[in-house]
Amino acid sequence: MNTVVKTTPEQRLATLVDALRASYEKRGCTVEQAFGEVTLTVPRENLLEIAFELFGNTSPFGFCQLIDLCGVDYSTYGQVEWETDSASSSGFGRGVNSDSEIDTSEENRFAVVYHLLSIENNTRMRVKTYLDSDHPIVESVTSVWPVADWFEREAFDLYGILFEGHPDLRRILTDYGFVGHPFRKDFPLSGHVEMRYDPEKKRVIYEPVSIEPRTLVPRVIREDNRYMNEETN
Amino acid sequence: MPEIRNYTLNFGPQHPSAHGVLRLVLEMDGETIERSDPHIGLLHRGTEKLAETKPYNQSIPYMDRLDYVSMMQNEHAYVLAVEKLLGIEAPIRAQYIRTMFDEITRILNHMMWLGTHALDIGAMTVFLYCFREREDLMDCYEAVSGARMHAAYYRVGGVYRDLPDEMPRFSASDLKRDKAELDRLNKNRQGSLLDFIEDFTNRFPGCVDEYETLLTENRIWKQRTVGIGVVTADRAKALGFTGPMLRGSGVEWDLRKKQPYAAYDKVDFDIPVGVNGDCYDRYLVRVEEIRQSNRIIKQCVDWLRANPGPVMVEDHKIAPPKRAAMKSDMEGLIHHFKLFSEGYCTPPGEVYSAVEASKGEFGVYIVSDGANKPYRLKLRAPGFAHLMAMDEMAKGHMLADVVALIGTMDVVFGEIDR
Repeated sequence: MNTVVKTTPEQRLATLVDALRASYEKRGCTVEQAFGEVTLTVPRENLLEIAFELFGNTSPFGFCQLIDLCGVDYSTYGQVEWETDSASSSGFGRGVNSDSEIDTSEENRFAVVYHLLSIENNTRMRVKTYLDSDHPIVESVTSVWPVADWFEREAFDLYGILFEGHPDLRRILTDYGFVGHPFRKDFPLSGHVEMRYDPEKKRVIYEPVSIEPRTLVPRVIREDNRYMNEETN
Repeated sequence: MPEIRNYTLNFGPQHPSAHGVLRLVLEMDGETIERSDPHIGLLHRGTEKLAETKPYNQSIPYMDRLDYVSMMQNEHAYVLAVEKLLGIEAPIRAQYIRTMFDEITRILNHMMWLGTHALDIGAMTVFLYCFREREDLMDCYEAVSGARMHAAYYRVGGVYRDLPDEMPRFSASDLKRDKAELDRLNKNRQGSLLDFIEDFTNRFPGCVDEYETLLTENRIWKQRTVGIGVVTADRAKALGFTGPMLRGSGVEWDLRKKQPYAAYDKVDFDIPVGVNGDCYDRYLVRVEEIRQSNRIIKQCVDWLRANPGPVMVEDHKIAPPKRAAMKSDMEGLIHHFKLFSEGYCTPPGEVYSAVEASKGEFGVYIVSDGANKPYRLKLRAPGFAHLMAMDEMAKGHMLADVVALIGTMDVVFGEIDR
């Protein structure tokens, strides 16, 4: 920390974006810059290889820390529950169209998102790779960042994403013997089973849930002009 | 000769020093740990999935319940992320209030940590001392938000309301009827909240000295912590350590300095760094952090006294209008109705924002598709990465040291299990 050159976050980000563009754009990756953050989207075959290049003190990027790793399920991205295209004579109820189909066969249904931090350069970046619905499998980065161990277990548990080469891919957050991957968009919020103590059988039993799913506030997307202006800037 | 086998020990989930609901499966050779496998998730409530079904503002109270000993810092990370999406910034006074309450929260957290950590490894008195001072800070929480713990005080665009001019006072009750006793309790509550906080910052360094007298040179304390759970700087980075765990290993990294948010670039404070990376160094780092927090609070109090102003953005598409405006003005009524029935929509995109929480980097990653609810919310809890290192840190130590390690990691299951 003796020869610290004072740079602004914007300068550091610009340097990083340029370096990433130079190295990765020709290799099928895209570099995006938004909200003062940079996202590198990589094809899943190259993920581990690129992770190795981003990591370590010898790398020009020096992303020595994996801050976060998580899964995302994009199958209902942009869907709303309360769409009104034309005026109606009867008005709207609270009624939501929650029976809209969830397309679970999409090509890029899942994404694994890695948040990296470079302590030396004081920069952050996001690496993203898309996975399809049938074989959501990607190489594990535990060999690069040991901290990925539990984060990958969590992504497996919640989204069913498989990590090839992970030493011990078990469930982590859900109960022992849990069925399904609860954070997928086709998994209901109230789950499938509920448990209670049965005094007659004298043990805890599982039953199908008795809760009716309901929506308190419908999900809506508003075209907001304020943001449209910003994007053109 | 009888066969010698490893012994498997189940530690927790109901154990006072498991700090909540940690279940540890320990494989032991005699009293030495060979392997430890933490089982977490017993407090998994699906906060992230719940947030996907709620407008942005309604998730703020959930943030309090993540790391339930540093409540406002979690809120801070969340509101910063939403503000980044919306492209707004809280007014300067709100930023100072946030800074002050973040540091109050840090003291709250570190005192909880110090008290329980010491209690776990055999020092009873510190626990009582720490909880005595925590009570005063809880009262500050209550004065601004009405709740002692789960405040929901930070809002997108500022804070819920300005600091109160009057500090709530004790009134006579069945337990406290003595006039002299009441006067003693209310002595430092005669003025505003800021007066009360200032009085606290003046006497608090003396309290920290008291804790240090009990522990820092204490032979038993040193025997239990020096050389326990040593993590080198490189290893700490690889294991994803942040916060005091990383600084205890000698890495000079603090988001408040390196990637400042709120008013941290306008206040003066130092970052303590450890040398050996053992439990004792992490103890020293945290105690020094308490002192530095006290310093920051003092500066914030001075600034807040001198600079009145708004504490919430004026944009009523995001922040609710004043009650009077809502009652008398059509526009205000519409804004109020829209905000509380539907909320606000954010532009599509993804953001990550992090704060230096008491335990380390607490991050919030939001994917938005332009709706009034987050499409995906991911909470990055520092304790999650720290607890993962349990196996590595405990290997070769004695069973009793596991308790010291759980203490030094400062784990809270609200944030680890989410």
